[in-house]
Amino acid sequence: MTQEIVEEMITPDVEGMECVYHRPETLLDARFHYCPGCGHSVVHRVLMEVIQELAITDKTVGVAPVGCSVFADRYMGIDMQGAAHGRASAVATAVKRILPDRYVFSYQGDGDLAAIGTAETIHTCNRGENILIIFINNAIYGMTGGQMAPTTLLGMKTSTTPAGRTLETGGHPLKITELIAQLPGVAYVTRQSVHNPNAVRQLKKALTKSFQYQKEIRGTCFVEVVSNCPSGWKMTPLQANAWLVENMFPLYPPGDLRTPQ
Amino acid sequence: MAKGGVTFDIETCKGCELCIEACPQDSLQLSPNINAQGYHYAVLVKDNCTGCTNCALVCPDAVITVYRETKKGKVPVARVTNVMENITVTLTDERE
Amino acid sequence: MKGNEALAEAAIRAGCQAYFGYPITPQSEVLEYLANEGRKRGMIVLQAESEVASINMVYGAAGAGARVMTSSSSPGISLMMEGISYIACAELPCLLVNVSRGGPGLGTIQPSQGDYFQAVKGGGHGDYRLIVLAPSSVQEMADFVYDAFDLADKYRNPVMILTDGALGQMMEKVAFREYDPKDHMKAKPWATTGKPSTRPPNVITTLHMQPEQMEEVNHRLQAKYAGIQQQEVRYELLEAEDAEYLVVAYGLAARIAHRGIQLARARGHKVGLLRPITLFPYPSTVLKSMAKRLQGILVVEMNAGQMVEDVRLAVEGRTPVQFHGRMGGIIPSPDEVAEALERMITTSVAHPVEAD
Repeated sequence: MTQEIVEEMITPDVEGMECVYHRPETLLDARFHYCPGCGHSVVHRVLMEVIQELAITDKTVGVAPVGCSVFADRYMGIDMQGAAHGRASAVATAVKRILPDRYVFSYQGDGDLAAIGTAETIHTCNRGENILIIFINNAIYGMTGGQMAPTTLLGMKTSTTPAGRTLETGGHPLKITELIAQLPGVAYVTRQSVHNPNAVRQLKKALTKSFQYQKEIRGTCFVEVVSNCPSGWKMTPLQANAWLVENMFPLYPPGDLRTPQ
Repeated sequence: MAKGGVTFDIETCKGCELCIEACPQDSLQLSPNINAQGYHYAVLVKDNCTGCTNCALVCPDAVITVYRETKKGKVPVARVTNVMENITVTLTDERE
Repeated sequence: MKGNEALAEAAIRAGCQAYFGYPITPQSEVLEYLANEGRKRGMIVLQAESEVASINMVYGAAGAGARVMTSSSSPGISLMMEGISYIACAELPCLLVNVSRGGPGLGTIQPSQGDYFQAVKGGGHGDYRLIVLAPSSVQEMADFVYDAFDLADKYRNPVMILTDGALGQMMEKVAFREYDPKDHMKAKPWATTGKPSTRPPNVITTLHMQPEQMEEVNHRLQAKYAGIQQQEVRYELLEAEDAEYLVVAYGLAARIAHRGIQLARARGHKVGLLRPITLFPYPSTVLKSMAKRLQGILVVEMNAGQMVEDVRLAVEGRTPVQFHGRMGGIIPSPDEVAEALERMITTSVAHPVEAD
C-alpha cells in the first residue's frame, strides 16, 4: 500500500446529491478477468459508456480479438463476434458490408493487429472500410505469458527477449499507427491513453468522434490506446503508468495523426 | 467548490490504487481490510470530496459511483444506492 | 457455359448476398464473373487481400446472417483451414468451393482430386465435418450451388463443392433452376445484427474454455453430423443391377469411369459404376450392401489413393478393393480404366470371392 497512515473510512451523505457517474448498464455484470489496473478494463468501460450515451447499443456490433481481451463478449452488452487471431478487421469489414447501417468496431491487441494481422489491418484501412479499429498497444503479449510484441521497445525484457529486445532478435518496434495514418482511405487516426483522468476524457472524446464519423461515412477510424500491462511489465499499476509515460510516450506520442478533411 | 461523495463496490475493487493517485483531494486510501477476492479495496477517508469524477474515470473495474450536490433548480431524477449489493434506482419526487 | 461461370451464375440466382475471394488458377473466373455480373445484380463482391482474409470475411458475413460464399483452389483452400474450423465450430452456414488442382505444394494448374482427405476428413483442426458435394458436369456445378446453400442453412454448417480445374474450365450446356431465394432463405435469430432490448446479446464465438462446455459443443456437432449421415446421402448407380464388379469414382473421374465400364461391358464383363455425389456423408451403406454380391471393386481417382480408404472402410473386407489413379494433374483415360478392370477381373476369376 502507498499510504502508511490509514484513516477511518467515511461513508458520504449523498442525500439530495445528483449521481454524476455510475457504471454503464451496457457493461455486463461479469467480473473483469483483467489484472488489477489493466488498461483493457478502462477502455472496455469507456467504450461501453460511449455506446450507452450515444444510445446505439441496439445498433452496434463488436469484433473481439485473440489476446487478453478474447473474453470481451463476456463484458460488452452488445452483439459480438469472436475472430481468429489477427483477423478481426476482416471479420468487421464483412459485418459492416452486410450491415452498413450498424456501427461496427474491432478491438485488437498489438499482436493481433500488428503481427499476425498486419495484412488485414493495412488492407482494411486501405479500402477505407467504414469501421472503428481500437488498437490496444501495451508492447507485450499478455495472454500467452509476456512474449515480445511488434511494438515492444528496444531493450525491453519479455519472455522471448529475456536479455532485452535487440535489433537482431526482433528488429525495430513497429510504429504501425504511423504507417496507417498515411493511407488515404483512413479518416481519423489518433493515439490516446488511459493513464490519468484527463487521458480518459480524451479517449472518450476520440471514441465518440469515431462513432460520429462512422455515421457520416468518412472512412476508417483508427484509435490506438497506449496502455499498461502491469503483469507483463512486472510492475504495480501505478509504477506501470509512470513507466508508460516515461518510456512508451517518447516512441508512441499521444495525439491526432490524421483527422478528416 | 461543490460538495460530492463516492461509494465503492468493494467486492469488485482490485486495489489497483489508480483512483488514489487520481484524486486531487487526496481523499482515497486502501482499506486495511480485504474483500472476498483478497484485494485491499479503496475507501473514502476524508470529507472533502467534490464529486469531480476523476477516480471513476480511471477506475478499471467501474466500482465507483460519484455524487455531486445538485445546482439550484436542477431536479435529480434517479438516485443510485448501495452498490455493494444490488443497485437500486429510486425515482425521486420533484425537489430542489 | 464454362463450369466456373455456371457456378457463379447459379450463386447469384440462389440469392448469394456476398462473395469474398482471391484470384488463383483455375478458378479466378468465379471471382471475375461475380465482380462483374454479381455486383451489377446487387451482390457484395470483394477481392480480399488473401484467402485468409477471404474466409474470415465469410465468417463475419455469415455471423451477421448473410448468405455468403467463397471459392479457391487447393493451396488457397489450405490457407482457409483455420477459418473453416472456426466456421464449423460456430455453426455458420456458407458455401465453400474448391476447384482442385495438382499438388502437393504449388503443384500444377491441371485438375486433380488430391483434396479429398482435406475436404472430407478435416483439413482444419478439431472434430468437424463439411457437407461435401462433388459435381461431375457443368450442369451439376450450377445445380449443387442451390442445394449447398439450402443444406448450409438447414444444418447451420459449411458446405463444400469439391470440383476440379477441368470441370471449372470446360464448356457445356446448362439450364438454371427455377428458384426464388425468398422461398428458401431462413430467418436467423442468432445472427449479430444489433441487440434490441428484447433479447440478450448474440455472440458468435468458438472459444469454450470450460472442458465440459467444449465437450457439449462437440456432442452437439456430432449429433448434427449423425443426422446428416442419416438424411443427406446422395449417389448415382449406373449399370449396377446385374454387376459383378463395381467401379467407384466421383466427379470428373466418374465421367471417365462411366466410359470405361461401357468399354468393359462391350468385352462382356458385368461392371457397374457407383458415383458418390455427397462425399460427406459417404454412401457407405449402399456400398456395404452391394459388396456381398460383388467379385471386386475398382476405385478410380485422380490422386494417390484417398477415397479408396473410405471404400475399404465401407466394405469391411467383404470383397477385394483395388485402386487406379493418376497424379500430377494427369487425367486418366477410359481405356486405362477398362484395362485396370480387365486386370482385376482376370485376377479375381482365378480367385473368386465366396458370397456371404
